[in-house]
Amino acid sequence: MKRSTLFPYLIWMVLFIVVPMFLVLYYAFTVPTESGATWSLENFARFFEPIYLKVLWRSLRLALFSTVICLIIGYPAAMVMAGNAFERKSVVLLLFVVPMWMNFLLRTYAWLTILERNGVINVLLANLNLPSLNILYTEGAVVLGMVYNFLPFMVLPIYSVLSKIDRGVVEAAGDLGANSLQVFAKVIFPLSLPGVVSGVTMVFMPALTTFVISRLLGGGQFTLIGNLIEQQFLVVGDWGFGSSISVVMIVLILLSMAIMSFFEGEEKDVALW
Amino acid sequence: MVRFLKRSYIYLVFAFLYMPIAVLMVYSFNDSRSRGMWGGFTLRWYVELFQDRTIMSSLYSTLFIGVTSAVIATIIGTLAAIGIHNSRGIQKKLIMNVTYLPVLNPEIVTAISLMILFVFTKVRLGYLTLLLSHITFNIPYVILSVLPKLRQLNKHLYEAALDLGCTPAGALWKVIIPEIMPGIITGLLLAFTLSIDDFVISFFTTGSGVSTLSITIYSMARRGINPKINALSTIMFTFVLLLLIIVNIRQAREQRKGRNGKNGQKRQMDALRTGFGGV
Repeated sequence: MKRSTLFPYLIWMVLFIVVPMFLVLYYAFTVPTESGATWSLENFARFFEPIYLKVLWRSLRLALFSTVICLIIGYPAAMVMAGNAFERKSVVLLLFVVPMWMNFLLRTYAWLTILERNGVINVLLANLNLPSLNILYTEGAVVLGMVYNFLPFMVLPIYSVLSKIDRGVVEAAGDLGANSLQVFAKVIFPLSLPGVVSGVTMVFMPALTTFVISRLLGGGQFTLIGNLIEQQFLVVGDWGFGSSISVVMIVLILLSMAIMSFFEGEEKDVALW
Repeated sequence: MVRFLKRSYIYLVFAFLYMPIAVLMVYSFNDSRSRGMWGGFTLRWYVELFQDRTIMSSLYSTLFIGVTSAVIATIIGTLAAIGIHNSRGIQKKLIMNVTYLPVLNPEIVTAISLMILFVFTKVRLGYLTLLLSHITFNIPYVILSVLPKLRQLNKHLYEAALDLGCTPAGALWKVIIPEIMPGIITGLLLAFTLSIDDFVISFFTTGSGVSTLSITIYSMARRGINPKINALSTIMFTFVLLLLIIVNIRQAREQRKGRNGKNGQKRQMDALRTGFGGV
């Protein structure tokens, strides 16, 4: 078969993937001078200023927190869905995916209505004569938004690995005298690790780089890495610093991909999930 | 008992997933601006929604860019997948790794890299840059949907077509393309969904005056709650739900017609994948 069909894409790829990446690298590793630009690591050094370290720390903390919550809620959910508690598994799975079809911004916006000072939760509390809660525009609201938006990223990879586990292996463990806790700890969980790793990465990375959730539910007072990049490009206009943060992000991604492929081994097709 | 607990747990998770959407839908009929109060049933927000010029024009842009970028990305991506399938060694590995970049990179990184490119080359930010960006982030998904179908393809089919007197282009068009059609359709739908749902990349690569639905929602939501957005959400969610029900009924019918069940199941997984891509 012909390979010439590749050419339109090759041109596109170079123009819109490779060249932009090099431009990001260029801006990250240079600083503007009167006569053009000069190579420098200054942009990366700025990252270690206390305010930015604080942003990095907050992003990592919130992302990690939401990932753990997603895992705690998501793993049992995936297990139940992969098991035989429901007759029509595909319908349950579909119901799980349907909310994902809603626009991501609308899903985040929906929480405004619920968490607001005069929102659903506080009206309910007032009716019960309880003091009102200030949830919106707190770190808790940001974490809630992340968990809500990214939970399916955790459940689906784990579900897909769990449902492929050979029933025979589980039964064999039981026959050989393991109780259900041991079966889980020594057979099911280790076998589901690739799904867990893939789920953790798929929740952690978007949670780390989001700027929408923190802006809408955090009210702009919780700057995360994503917000920092956005500000550098759209408000401050400091492309060098913005690019250097992006480069750090790319490196982080590549590292986590390396860790993931270490766990996943051969199965390349699963990567899309 | 255990089964009951298991089921309840899933229902609880579903409640968490659906509650915000349900609240939005209920409040879209609420005749009162303040949230907690129920001021009676109204369709006022729906009327205002359709009279809102900004929302309507961004809806048009979203659909236009969604369709155009999906079609162009599908054409380039399908041809690319055929080319990739037939290349070997280092070349193939290199192309695949670069293709994975936009999929793996955080959206914001892809977004700013494209923005730098457009500003650097002095292309005016607007419709054109938006379209180019959407095609760019859609192509990898088309390639990744078409490649598995090519792997399943019997490679002697193409040779047979040539032996029987087909030109290479003719064989491609008459033999290969029809065989990999399910993958192409999945890719097209995936690309369309991704394009419609995209916010981050559009936000950075659009110029003044051109706005997609996501961008409009963001700028409205930033200013607080707006009942028109609730009405919009209700319409969009109902639309998606109807679409899913239709697709499911069609699948169920096809399965009943006696086509082999495995194929149906496979397609259902494809549909899920498409839905999941909608994130």
